Amino acid sequence: MLKVKNLNVFYKLIHAVNDISFEVPESKIVTLIGPNGAGKSSTLKSIVGLVASSGQINFLSHNISKEKTYQRIKRGIALVPEGRKVFVNLTVLENLRIGAFNKPASTLEEKYERIFQIFPILKKRAKQYAGTLSGGEQQMLALGRALMSEPSLLMLDEPSLGLAPKVVQEVFEIIQHLNREGMTILLVEQNAAMALKIAHYGYVLEAGKIVLEDVAQNLLQNEDVRKSYLGEV
Amino acid sequence: MLTTVLQQLINGLSAGSLYALVAIGYTMVYGVLRMINFAHGDILMVGAYLAFFGISAFMLPWWVSFITAIILTGFVGVLVEKLAYKPIRNASRVSLLITAVGVSFFLENLFLVLFGGVPKAFPIAPIFHGVLNYNQLYLPVVSIYTPIVALVLLYMLLYILHHTKYGMAMRSIALDIDTTSLMGINVDIVISLVFFLGSSLAAVGGILWSTQYPSINPLMGIMPGLKAFAAAVLGGIGDVAGAAIGGLILGISEVLIVAFFPSLAGYKDAFAFLLLILVLLFKPTGIMGKELERKRF
Repeated sequence: MLKVKNLNVFYKLIHAVNDISFEVPESKIVTLIGPNGAGKSSTLKSIVGLVASSGQINFLSHNISKEKTYQRIKRGIALVPEGRKVFVNLTVLENLRIGAFNKPASTLEEKYERIFQIFPILKKRAKQYAGTLSGGEQQMLALGRALMSEPSLLMLDEPSLGLAPKVVQEVFEIIQHLNREGMTILLVEQNAAMALKIAHYGYVLEAGKIVLEDVAQNLLQNEDVRKSYLGEV
Repeated sequence: MLTTVLQQLINGLSAGSLYALVAIGYTMVYGVLRMINFAHGDILMVGAYLAFFGISAFMLPWWVSFITAIILTGFVGVLVEKLAYKPIRNASRVSLLITAVGVSFFLENLFLVLFGGVPKAFPIAPIFHGVLNYNQLYLPVVSIYTPIVALVLLYMLLYILHHTKYGMAMRSIALDIDTTSLMGINVDIVISLVFFLGSSLAAVGGILWSTQYPSINPLMGIMPGLKAFAAAVLGGIGDVAGAAIGGLILGISEVLIVAFFPSLAGYKDAFAFLLLILVLLFKPTGIMGKELERKRF
């Protein structure tokens, strides 16, 4: 579904992403793990065109690397950004509404219902401003907002960041549930153990380069990964 | 005494509505681009000139001329953004500010060169003719229409902002432009729309202004522009309702000061800037502005 080839991202003199290539096949969960500053977020941002990059980005057999952000999104990509970035000055319902900006208004009710089924808490909060939600609820809203566009590819940037362990568990269960229903997912996480447990395939990023890739189960068993990312000695 | 107060209040309400119409443009542009569009006052002048030519040169009926001028001025605002501001949208805010000052000088001098500096008499539309006399109250028709027009337009704008999907996009852009584009929204269109609406409102302000003080010249936008800016800051820059309230407060207090301290009449124009300085010193977020970096519109 998504094929990235020789991707490079520069921030002035910093080579944040160094010639990486990877793939996200349909209906799979692929994860990019690695330490802070490895270039994981930059990779996601370059896929949607929020940062300038060179290299090829193919989505559903189209080269989208020259398109603007909104055009790439319209093709069926959704990104749940790091730190959730819900619109705190909009209500919960408006946040969901704006997620389906390009969808006909007649389909909205049905979409809201679907989101409320996955995240019942959002229904209770529908009229509240998103800024009044807790961190966990905001993460649910960010996810719900992304799902409103009915994406073919869902990308998540550090969904566990700053959340209580119980909420993290909940979020990951939902991600897995979405995948079982056929959603293709690209997951960026510092919490490597959690990510590898639900992913099919993983790439390890260090200093902007892919240093290791394998089936997620194998990465979980890998000595280096266990030492560096799973906190085992 | 009561009549005097009432008279002055109505005068102030009328002047304040004009400031409000113009202040809204400042506040909306600040909301989406975090810049003070110092060319906004000159957009008001462009609106007045277009309306003037519609009536005087093209002999259009006044209402056709006004509507055409309002729409065309909206497009002038869009054009200014596309040509001058968009290329440096990601540059520092100071660069944008200086560019806005440059656009302001450009518009003023362009109109000076094209149409000369001699003031032109602005034709008063028939609907604005006349004065109502009521118990010693002296009410020019235009100063009754002005607050009504301002109120209707403010209501329409708030409706667009809160009940349409592009209005929603304007509010979300004001918070976070990148995340808005992640919703599949073409942010360039939304920004153009903001400039269109803001500039159209300035054109309405320009037309009503020229009807109250029926003479136009290429520099006429400077003073109302700067005062409206002060009003926008007073109301809390970035907040539309705040801009309207700030405009009203400024207009009414200007008039009342002159009415009750006639010796200060010569300083009338300075009052807005004194107010601006005081607001910036003691409550920089203005009346409606809360956390300056979060709440918009």
